[in-house]
Amino acid sequence: MWIYEKKLEYPIRVSYTNPRLAKEIITQYGGPDGELAASLRYLTQRYTMPISQAKAVLTDIGTEELAHMEIIASLVYNLIKDASVQEIKAAGLDDYYADHDKALYFVNAAGAPWVASYIQSKGDPVADLHEDMAAEQKARATYEYLIRLSDDPDVTDALRFLREREVVHFQRFGETLNLVHDWVNSKKIF
Amino acid sequence: MDQRRRELLRIMELEFAAIDLNLFLDTHPDDQRALADFNAVAQELQRAKTAYESRYGPVLNYGQSTSQGTWRWVEDPWPWEITFNR
Repeated sequence: MWIYEKKLEYPIRVSYTNPRLAKEIITQYGGPDGELAASLRYLTQRYTMPISQAKAVLTDIGTEELAHMEIIASLVYNLIKDASVQEIKAAGLDDYYADHDKALYFVNAAGAPWVASYIQSKGDPVADLHEDMAAEQKARATYEYLIRLSDDPDVTDALRFLREREVVHFQRFGETLNLVHDWVNSKKIF
Repeated sequence: MDQRRRELLRIMELEFAAIDLNLFLDTHPDDQRALADFNAVAQELQRAKTAYESRYGPVLNYGQSTSQGTWRWVEDPWPWEITFNR
């Protein structure tokens, strides 16, 4: 069960209409290291976690990633909502516009649609948590590339917040992995 | 910034503290100081949300918030329509 909150996790603003920046940051909506992939990965891995704390961490971080997906969507929405077709063409967003107008769709920066093979759910908690830690690092790196590409300080502010959360999530997954190792070792004693 | 955004920003600040403490407590459930902080933030967040909802309508759906007078859940603006311009 989920409850929707009629608020974003972090306040956003955009300085001006900027379809080029929208085309870049949409990769964190539907790209390989984006927030949809992150959320679905954690929320589907949680069912077979062997210890209660790991189930909690995956549920809670998977839920926070949904909020991050909403932040990226809100940024993209505001960056393109007032764009003219001329501006969309000039920014190279015309391929996207042909299929989606200004609607939100799950694609990477090059326009490739989201696929489930971006994520894995292995059933082995050590393997899954390592994947999760790697995913957080890949997302952090992506946010750093996007911050370099961003020419809007207001969008950069939100990207910095999201980057920071990847660092915190990596930390929590590392702690969870240690707890799972403790659990594995405690089983070996018997 | 208008009054509504100021109040919403306060809710965002409090809830962010709650989110971060929540994740910390997931891997440190015996940390009494973090637990006390979480409970204090959660109480203040509840107060801030109740005050905001009395003016601007429900923040939560599915029975987690009440709606006075009319069904205000359906009212604009939705979160992606609220920007915090300087």
